[in-house]
Parts: sequence; structure tokens; C-alpha cells
Amino acid sequence: MDHDNAYDGLVETQDDARWAFGTGFDDPLAGVDTTVPTGVDGAALAAYCLMLGDDALVSAQRLAQWSTRAPELEEEVALANIGLDLLGQARLLLARAAAADPSVVPPLPEGSPVPSEDALAFFRDAPAFRPVHLTQVPNGDFAVTVVRLTVLSTWRLEVLRALTASRDPVLAAVAEKGVKELSYHRDYAARWCVTLAQGTAVSRSRLVGALGVVWPYLAELSRVHPVERSLVEVGVAADPSAAWLVASAFLDQVLAAGDLEPPGTRSVGTMGGRAGRDGAHTEWLGPLLDEMQVVARAHPMGRW
Amino acid sequence: MSDEPVRAGWPLYEVFVRGKRGLNHVHVGSLHAADDEMALRHARDVYTRRNEGVSIWAVRADLVAASSPAEKDPFFAPSADKVYRHPTFYDIPDDVPHL
Repeated sequence: MDHDNAYDGLVETQDDARWAFGTGFDDPLAGVDTTVPTGVDGAALAAYCLMLGDDALVSAQRLAQWSTRAPELEEEVALANIGLDLLGQARLLLARAAAADPSVVPPLPEGSPVPSEDALAFFRDAPAFRPVHLTQVPNGDFAVTVVRLTVLSTWRLEVLRALTASRDPVLAAVAEKGVKELSYHRDYAARWCVTLAQGTAVSRSRLVGALGVVWPYLAELSRVHPVERSLVEVGVAADPSAAWLVASAFLDQVLAAGDLEPPGTRSVGTMGGRAGRDGAHTEWLGPLLDEMQVVARAHPMGRW
Repeated sequence: MSDEPVRAGWPLYEVFVRGKRGLNHVHVGSLHAADDEMALRHARDVYTRRNEGVSIWAVRADLVAASSPAEKDPFFAPSADKVYRHPTFYDIPDDVPHL
């Protein structure tokens, strides 16, 4: 070992020479059979992958909006890392949706090099997106962001835990990778909830205010869409209401650790029985997608 | 819980990471954190995001006893001419690593 170079100890000798240190990355789909399992409707599988992928994609975009705005440099990196984890999950899920049902992919000009996962992310209009409303709520202050992240990562962690036993090998592989990521996201966000709740009078009032912003959107998390129900029956999907039961027990522990009560705010209702999973969205999704999609849409023949 | 917002900055921590093949923790940089637990999490987020490490140490920078640059000569110069302190007069077997 070269003792003049502090980073030498971190280098792997077989590393790709392009990287200074730290490679050996894993491909989460290595060795996974990507054919749609028999007895599974490709269109339903694609719709389900869009639901899970869009939750991750919209959450990733919200977290990216913290870049250059976070209260501390270290928190900015942490939020960006979490966003990138979710973006990675979204890429795999959108690619899976496109493979299971190519008709969900928006048409692009002849010869466009844009891969199907990018076409789904950047060229799909809001009504074809399927994220739950809680992902769409604006970031607010840091307290709203960590409360929302606590809720979403706790719920998604339980959904992915159940999906590790999915009959779809791709969903199972994505879940296997995601469970480790979500466990960290939940730990990060829940710690901040307790820290803010038990910190100063100001931080506590911000945290209590954030609970009031986030809690009205929780009812949607235990709704079971017909697509989810049909895929639960064939052993492909995870039941979001079962995941919510486990998640809400964890959230109760976080509230107890912060000496907090669930806020009494009323749930926001559905839109004539339709919600995010049906393509009925809040007023905030459109502007978010505009910002996310504008560059890609200006260059449909672009290579990135 | 105090009633006043805390305006003071977070203390500085020094971060040491042990790589997958590394034998020892090496200093990789510093960061700010409110407490030890947060320092470990910040270190994970700031210094191991490219798959560098398998173990992290974080220590408050003000707890590190450091030699002063002004003492460089009395500290280190006297060892510069003591060649007999190096084990160069022995044959070292080829299969002894990391000596």
C-alpha cells in the first residue's frame, strides 16, 4: 500500500481504471429471467409497475428539488442519495412496464434513440401517471419533507418486503434491492422526525405542522386498486392495505418516540372515487412533470 | 427541550472509512453533524455513496490530539538519520505481508 495516498486503502485492485475508487457495482437484474410468468396478464403487470415506478419517480423528483436548497450540505447529499435510490427503482420498474406491455410506451419519432423507460418518464402525460397523491404534495419545509419521507418509505418498505416473494422474478429482484435502500430511507427520515419533535420549540412546531400537511393523504395508501387486487390473487403484487397495517404500527412508534399525537385533520377525499392510482391527480403533479420533462421533450431525438 | 431556536453550527467530525480490501480505516474527510449518530449517517451519505466502504469511524474533530506544525522539527527531524531503526539488516521472508 502506498502510504502517501490516503485513498489507496479504498482501492480495489481489479477496479475499472476509470474510477478513482469504489466500484464493484452489482446489477440487480443479473441472472433474472425477464419473461412474464405464465397466467399473468401483461397489461395488468405493466399497469402495476407504473404505479410502483411512478411513486418512486415523482418522489425522486421532489427530493431532487432540494438540491442547492437543503438546510445543510450533508442533508442535501443525503436527500439526493435517497432520490437517486428511488430513481434507480423507477428505472427498473418503468423498463419492466414497457417490457410487459409495449403499448404503454408513448410513441416517439421514427429513429429516436430514447429508451422505453425514458419515454415513459418524459413523454407520458399526467393522466397516464399513477403516483399516490402524497408523492405529489410540494416539499414545503424540511419538516414536511422528512414526515412525508417517513410515511412513504415506511409503507413502500412493507410493499417491497412482500414483493420479494412475487411470482414475477423482476419485481422480486427490484424488491430485494429496494428493501435495503428503503430501510435506510426510513431510518434517516424517522430519526429526523424524532429529532425535530424533541428539539426546540420551533422545530417541534414545524414538525407538528408537517404532520397536519401529510396526514390527510394517508387514506389513499391503503386503497387497493382493481389491478393490484387481480395481481395479488395470482401472487404477483403486494397488497398495499396489508403493507399499510404494518407501516402504520411503525409510524405509531415514531410518533410515540417524538411524544406526538396523530393530527386530527380530515382526510382529503377521492375525486369521484378516483385517486392517483386511477390517474386523477392533485394540482401539483402537472407543474412537477413540466419541469421534469421539458428538456427531454424539446429533444425527442436526443441521446443522453 | 429548549425554547430557543439553536443558531450555533454543528460540530465538526473527522471521518475514517475502511474499504472492502483495506486493512485499516483511512481518513477521507470531515463533515458537520449534531451528534455521533447523525455523524455516522452523514458519513455514510457523503463518503460511501460510491461503494467505497464497509466500515466507518466518525470522531469529533476537537477530540483529536494533533501535533502542531510548529513542532515539526523537534518531533520528526531527529528520526531522519537513524537508519538502524529500519529492519533493513534482516532478510524478510516473501510470505510476510503488510510489514
